[in-house]
Amino acid sequence: MSAFLEALSRVPPLLAQHLLLAFSALALGLVISLPLAIWSARRPAVASIALGFASLIQTIPSLALLALFYPLLLSLSVLVGGGIPALGFLPSLLALTLYALLPILRNGVTGLAGIDPAVIEAADGMGMTAWQKLRLVEAPLVAPVLMAGIRTAAVWTIGAATLSTTVGQPSLGDMIFAGLQTQNWALVLAGCLAAAALALTVDALLGVIERGIATRKRARAFVAAGLLAIGVLAALAPLWPRSGQTVVVGAKGFSEQYILARVIGHRLEAAGYHVEYREGLGSVVAFAAAAGGDVDVYVDYSGTIWTNEMKRTDVPSRPAIVQGVGAWAAREHGVGLVGTLGFENTYAFAMRGDDAARRHVTSIADLTAIAPQLRFATDIEFLERPEWAAVKRAYGLEFKSAHPYQPTFMYRALTDGTADVIPAFSSDGRIAADKLKVLADPKGAIPGYDAILMVSPRRAHDERFLRALQPLVGHVPVEAMREANYMVDRDDDKASPEAAARWLEKTLGL
Amino acid sequence: MPESRTPGPSLAFSGVTKRYAGGTVAVDNVSLEIAGGSFVALVGTSGSGKSTLLKMINRLVEPSAGTLAIDGEQVGHAELHDLRRGIGYVFQNIGLFPHMTVAENIGIGLWLAGEKDRGPRIAELLDLVDLPRDFAGRMPDALSGGQRQRVGVARALARQPGLMLMDEPFGALDPVTRDQLGTAIRALHDRLGLTTIMVTHDMAEALLLADRVLVMAGGRIVADASPKALLAGKGGPEADALVAVPREQARRLHALEDGA
Repeated sequence: MSAFLEALSRVPPLLAQHLLLAFSALALGLVISLPLAIWSARRPAVASIALGFASLIQTIPSLALLALFYPLLLSLSVLVGGGIPALGFLPSLLALTLYALLPILRNGVTGLAGIDPAVIEAADGMGMTAWQKLRLVEAPLVAPVLMAGIRTAAVWTIGAATLSTTVGQPSLGDMIFAGLQTQNWALVLAGCLAAAALALTVDALLGVIERGIATRKRARAFVAAGLLAIGVLAALAPLWPRSGQTVVVGAKGFSEQYILARVIGHRLEAAGYHVEYREGLGSVVAFAAAAGGDVDVYVDYSGTIWTNEMKRTDVPSRPAIVQGVGAWAAREHGVGLVGTLGFENTYAFAMRGDDAARRHVTSIADLTAIAPQLRFATDIEFLERPEWAAVKRAYGLEFKSAHPYQPTFMYRALTDGTADVIPAFSSDGRIAADKLKVLADPKGAIPGYDAILMVSPRRAHDERFLRALQPLVGHVPVEAMREANYMVDRDDDKASPEAAARWLEKTLGL
Repeated sequence: MPESRTPGPSLAFSGVTKRYAGGTVAVDNVSLEIAGGSFVALVGTSGSGKSTLLKMINRLVEPSAGTLAIDGEQVGHAELHDLRRGIGYVFQNIGLFPHMTVAENIGIGLWLAGEKDRGPRIAELLDLVDLPRDFAGRMPDALSGGQRQRVGVARALARQPGLMLMDEPFGALDPVTRDQLGTAIRALHDRLGLTTIMVTHDMAEALLLADRVLVMAGGRIVADASPKALLAGKGGPEADALVAVPREQARRLHALEDGA
C-alpha cells in the first residue's frame, strides 16, 4: 500500500502536464474541425475529403503517429533552418490534435446534415443571414451531437496522451512506462488509474454540459464548464513556478537509467537546482532531446552513439570510442560529454548457464552452427540496431526466431525457456542472479559501451552545473551498478529506482 | 394591435421563368399583375410550378429569366435579407425552431430587428392567431399540428409584413383544423389589409378563401379568374377539371343527404 501511496505522490505534476497536453490538443482540434465541419456541411466534396483524411489518421496507431512526427518535424526544422522542436510538447500536440479531429468533425457534419430542412427554410424565409442562421439555429441544434463528439475526442486524447512519454513529453504515461520497465506495478496502477479517472471526470463534466444544452438548462452547463475550467487551472498549478533554475534530467527506458537519473537529480538538487525528470525516452530520442535542449543531462553509452548516431562500423578501443563520441557530439550538436561514469553496459549475449554448458557454448562463435535451433529474444530496439547487424555479419547468425520484448520480459523469456539466447546488458544484476552464461565476443563485433554523462549545449559550459556532476565521473564501478540494478529488477523485495539511487549514493560515498 | 391601414403591396411578374440545370422548366414565362390587398390562390397539381413561382417572390428560388416587382421595386435589386424580412412566409412543414419556446419563435424576427420590448407584441400575436397567452413558454414539440401552424403564422406576422406568402400552409393538418385555420387566415388578411398569395392543391380551399384563383399547369398560368367565374365554367378545361372534383363531392354528399 505504501508503494502505491508513494506512486500516487508522483501524479500531480504529471497530471498537470497530461492535462495541459490533452486540453491543448482538444482546443486546437476544435479550432480546426469546427470551421471544417461547417464548410463540409455546405460542400459534400469537402466533407468526403475531410472525413476521409480524418478517418485515415485514425487508422494509424497512436504510438506510430507520435513517432512519425519526430522525423517529420526534424526535416521541417532543417528546411526552415532550425528552431522547431522535434521532441516533447510539439509532436505530441500535433499527433493528438489529429486524433481529436475525427469525432468532432464527424459529429459536426452529421449533426448539421441532420437538421430538419424545414427549420433551415424557415430561417432563410425570415431573412436570417448565414451567420445568424449558424448562431441562432444551426449551432444550438447541432450542439448536443457535437458535444458527444467532443466527449469522444476528449477521452481519446487523454488516453493517447499517455503515449507522449515516448517522444519525451512528460505525461501520466511516464509512470506507466517506468512501472512496466521496473515491474513496479504500483506505479503502473497509479498511472493508469490517474489517467482513467481524468478521462472519466472530463467525460462526465462534458456530459453534464451536453445534457444542459439539450434540455436547455443553461445554468447546469455553465456550472459544469466552470468546474472544468477550475479543474484545469488547479491541475496546471504545479506548472506555475517556472524558475530559470529548473533542469531536466533524461532517462531511457530501463532500470539503470532510472536509477542514474535520480542520482544525477539528487546532486543537482543539492546544488540548488529544481529538477524535473523525463523518463522512458527511446535511444535516438534521448540524444536528440539533449541536442535540442529539452533534456539538460542524461546518461548514454559510447557504443550507442558510435554506431547509431555516428554510423561507425569499425570497433576501436574503448577509450578511442569515448574520445571520438565526445569530439563528434561537441562538433556536430554542441552536446557536452562530461566524462565516463566508470562502468560499461555493453550488449552481452547470454544463455541459461546449464543450457550453455550442455550445448558447449562459450562464445558467440559457438552459436553460428546451432543458431537455427535456437530462439532469440531481444529488447525493443536491438533487432533494428547496427550492433545486431554487425554481430550477424561477423558470426553469420540465423536464429530460428527472433522476438523483441520489454527488457524485463526479455530476461523472463530466457529464464522460463521461451527463448534460448538474449543480448543481455553487461551491467545487469540479473546476469548473476539468473545464473546466465555470458558469451565472449572473440571477433570484437560489439563496440565498447562506457556509460557517459551527456549535457545539452546550454549546460556544456555551465561551470556550476558541471561542478555538481563532476563527482560522478569515474566513480561508479560496475559491481555497484549491477547491485543497484538488481535491487530494482528482482522479483521479491523490489526497491524503487529512488531507493536504489539512495543506496548507490551511500555505497559510493556521494 | 396597430393594424396596417395601407393595403398590402401590389406585385408584378414579367416573363418570369425558372429553368433547372437538367432542362426542366418549372415556371415558363409567367407575366401577371396582382393588386395590393388581394387574396390570391395559386392552384395546380404537383409539379405544376406553383411553389416555385411563389418562392421566386422572396427569392428562395432565383428566376432564370424575367423580373418580379413588389410595389414597383424589383426584388432582384433588393438586399436579399431585407427583402425577406419584409415578407411573411408560411409553409407546409412550418419549420418552428425546436430549441426555442413559442414566444422565442414568434419573437425571433423582432429580436433580429433589435426590438427590446417584445413581450406585449408576442402576447398580441398569440391573441391574433387565437392561441392562449400561456402557450408562450411552451416548446414546439408540446403543441398539436394546428397549434404549431398558428405559431408559424404569428411568427410570419410579427414584423407586420404587407405581403404574406403561404406555401400549402394547411397541407399537413386534419380537415377540421384546416378549415378553422383557413377561416382565421382569411379574417387576418381582411383585418390587416394584407396581400396574400397562397399555394394549394385543394381547389375547394382556393374557391372558399381567395378573391382570385390562378390555375397553373406545366409551369404556365392556364386560368385566372374569380371563384365565381371558375364555378361558372369560365376558367377553361384545366380549371374545370379541378373544380369538378369538389363539385362532384358536394353533389354526392347532397345526394346522400337527400337519399336518407
